[in-house]
Amino acid sequence: MMAFVKLIARNRLAAFGGIILLLIILLVLITPWLPLADPNVTDTANRLLPPFSDNHLLGTDALGRDILSRLLWGTQISLAVGLAASLVAALVGSTIGIVAGYFGGRTDNTLMRGIDMLMAFPYILLALAIVAVLGPGLMNALYAIAIVNIPFFARNIRGVTVGIAHREFIDAARLSGKGNLRILTSEILPNVLPVIIITLSTTVGWMILETAGLSFLGLGAQPPQADLGSMLGEGRKMMLNAPHVATVPGLMIFLLVMSINLLGDGIRDALDPRLKSGALSRPAPFTRIRRRRNSLPDPVNGNALLSVERLQTDFEVGHETYRAVNDVSFAIHPNECLGLVGESGSGKSVTALSLLGLVASPPGIITGGRVALEGRDLLDLPPRDIRRIRGKDIAYVFQDPLSTLHPLFRVGDQLVEAIRQHQPMSHAEAHERAVSLLEQVRIPNPERRAEQYPHELSGGMRQRVGIAMALANDPQLIVADEPTTALDVTVQAQILKLIQSLRREKGSAVLFITHDFGVVSQICDRVAVMYAGRIVEIGPTQAILDTPRHPYTRRLIDCVPRLGEPDNEPDAIPGLPPAANHIPEGCAFAERCHLVEDACRQGDIELIATDADRQVRCIKPLSVTEPSTPGVSR
Amino acid sequence: MSAPLLEIRGLTRTFGGGRRWFRPNQPGVQAIQGIDLDVMRGETLGIVGESGCGKSTLARLLVGLDTPSNGTIHYAGDDLQQLRSQDRHALARRIQYVFQDPLSSLNPRKRIRDILAAPLYYLRGLEGQALERRLGELMEMVNLRPEFISRYPHEFSGGQAQRIGIARALAGDPELLVLDEPVSALDVSIQAQVLQLLRRLKDELDLTYLFISHDLSVVETISDRIAVMYFGRIIEQAPTYRLFRSPSHPYTRVLLDSAPIPGGPPIQAEAGTAELPDPLAPPPGCAFAPRCSRAQEDCRQAVPPLDNMSPDGDHRAACIHPIKETWQRIVTQSPRESRG
Repeated sequence: MMAFVKLIARNRLAAFGGIILLLIILLVLITPWLPLADPNVTDTANRLLPPFSDNHLLGTDALGRDILSRLLWGTQISLAVGLAASLVAALVGSTIGIVAGYFGGRTDNTLMRGIDMLMAFPYILLALAIVAVLGPGLMNALYAIAIVNIPFFARNIRGVTVGIAHREFIDAARLSGKGNLRILTSEILPNVLPVIIITLSTTVGWMILETAGLSFLGLGAQPPQADLGSMLGEGRKMMLNAPHVATVPGLMIFLLVMSINLLGDGIRDALDPRLKSGALSRPAPFTRIRRRRNSLPDPVNGNALLSVERLQTDFEVGHETYRAVNDVSFAIHPNECLGLVGESGSGKSVTALSLLGLVASPPGIITGGRVALEGRDLLDLPPRDIRRIRGKDIAYVFQDPLSTLHPLFRVGDQLVEAIRQHQPMSHAEAHERAVSLLEQVRIPNPERRAEQYPHELSGGMRQRVGIAMALANDPQLIVADEPTTALDVTVQAQILKLIQSLRREKGSAVLFITHDFGVVSQICDRVAVMYAGRIVEIGPTQAILDTPRHPYTRRLIDCVPRLGEPDNEPDAIPGLPPAANHIPEGCAFAERCHLVEDACRQGDIELIATDADRQVRCIKPLSVTEPSTPGVSR
Repeated sequence: MSAPLLEIRGLTRTFGGGRRWFRPNQPGVQAIQGIDLDVMRGETLGIVGESGCGKSTLARLLVGLDTPSNGTIHYAGDDLQQLRSQDRHALARRIQYVFQDPLSSLNPRKRIRDILAAPLYYLRGLEGQALERRLGELMEMVNLRPEFISRYPHEFSGGQAQRIGIARALAGDPELLVLDEPVSALDVSIQAQVLQLLRRLKDELDLTYLFISHDLSVVETISDRIAVMYFGRIIEQAPTYRLFRSPSHPYTRVLLDSAPIPGGPPIQAEAGTAELPDPLAPPPGCAFAPRCSRAQEDCRQAVPPLDNMSPDGDHRAACIHPIKETWQRIVTQSPRESRG
């Protein structure tokens, strides 16, 4: 709660609105005890006194009534009626919305068609009609405003409820023995409550205006009772000779509605999860770079295609710094496939995205290191040059092709766009090339498929399109981020085979990111194992699989169930990886390692070379002579 | 042989279209097409299949989250639908469900205490002291620290959240757990932890598992018996060791050959772009025939029945031309499969 108040207070405008609203409410609450004239006592002798007269701070109206007194009492009534109408509308509308969204089907249809009928009329007309039927009066105006606003709540809440009603935790609640009513009140309501509050906070202002509108027309508060609308209506007749009579209530309406709307927007921003997560803050086209360390060694891998040296990427969220990539170095040679293996949160995807500055910024920052493509440091290049390299020299294949392909464009056109971005070509030529690319990734009927939209293709087909797009400009390096994880095993086999044969044909290098050692052993020449943002072991795939040097690698391989060996029970690693904002000193794996000793928790443990082409970050790497556990030794 | 705990006969679920699924003028998508399956008390039956094969629909039918269009399910002799209509809680006390995505199956706005207390209160009527004691037992059972009970789901990692999901399923003291891809969303090291936990719980509590997964190697390590599903039907079922020694259905072989093993032999990929048939226009006969290298004319005539492949009847396959040879990864490179 305190955090919520703080969040609103950070928003200057919302805080300003909140303070004004608070002042008005305070003033209205203490009105009965203020030394004010009776708001309804007429005094024709002192009619239309200007503001700042004796005994009448804001003057008097046409019947000699004290305007200040009428203003405060009127504001009280307007506020009360507006709030009451909002609450009634929120209660009824939300109930309708939740019930319709949860039950769906016929219930939904009946309720929402009723709501649609309400919405078919212009709302002020509808409010007038309702008051006309019920007769003028403050209560009837309240009902009219409430009824007119029910659809806003019903539609909003229904939409949210539909999304929640199909979530798994609703099924789980049902299986826990909860009935429909209980699920509605204890499972769904807490999740839609923020939306109800958001809708409420953004409509209260409107409702007060609408109540004032009805009173202005003489359908709300009846004389002699004062509310803001009726005061405005009475003052309108003498705008020329006594402008203050209308201006004062007008100003109050303005202050009230403005403060409520400012506060309402603040509440919405504080509660809306999309706004909270910063979805509206536009990420920079290139990850922010703030490299402190300048003393990087000269590039060593002279013949490497891509060499990454001491790369470091942080996420800064609030006061916390999450070290996602911590001092990562590796090199990829032309036509080589390097596997980057690790569990979720190990930093493998962030490493891949950092290469071309694709980490969202904020919150991502590259704080150190060098990414050299054929000797050129990519992190030093201006954004324009980086854009020339993205998709041309280095191309990406992502995990979920459904979310990386644009749903509204034909796949052929998306390929054409990718080609023409980097190659001067006519549309027709590019289209021809797109079709031939689709053919290269073994899509049957490429001409017809090019005319289709992503949703018309199966998951395997979409991933083939994703690969075709990566191939569009004959890149030297393809970064494939879990390209087969979302696919079925038979489709995965096909995609792996495709990547293999394309690599042979095109001669491009591949950085293959995966969590699956099975996939690694199928496709990668070398493999780098990552843990808590660091590479803990790197070397040729077969050697690492046969004789892992780092205890983590060994145990990670051991916990993969092996097909065809039902008796080989996979061996779990106890515990959890460390949080990225609290990485311990020394070896990050020490907590979970069965071979840990005191020295493991001290100082910085460097990557050391154990064999000619292998490196491991461990002070006592598993030796070659150590007998391997059964099930892996084959 | 004792009577099975779960007896499924001719189970069918059609989505869209009409309920009368055999009328051609009312086309619907048949997610499940006439499944016959027995689950014995105390065993772990693995169900394997790729996305869209109907395995999750089957799971939802079993726990009563969905109603079959046709066919029957008997639980220890009682008809499941009757059981459901008599007492809303009767089914949930016997069969419980563990969801695939541990985090989305926990209400983000509820504390773990409330999540675990619901089944204890509604299904078992526990209150006060008894409820507190049972909550403590449950947390201990799934290896979670007792103080975690007053936290919210987002404070947990995937593996911990899945333990809570398992604890919730166990709270109602069920006899049968339907586990729908319980470890697919987890990292391998965590996956092994959860599998170990499941194994231990099964022994301690005399549970019966129906373990659904797309991952053959996971199913293999935990199951006594495996049923392979393809396009809404069971196409092969056998005891685990036998299925892996001599898979009879060509689809089972394709699955086995496609699964990569760390340090294992190269996987075999099917030629062309093999895909599931269109569910709105299913092919005649065997649904796998269009992808099958052994398919012959008679495969496309009628749907092959689930035939015995072994004299004792515990290995069955729905194939007219089953493969007889034993399966071994390295030797499978028969000419039809080793391409490219």
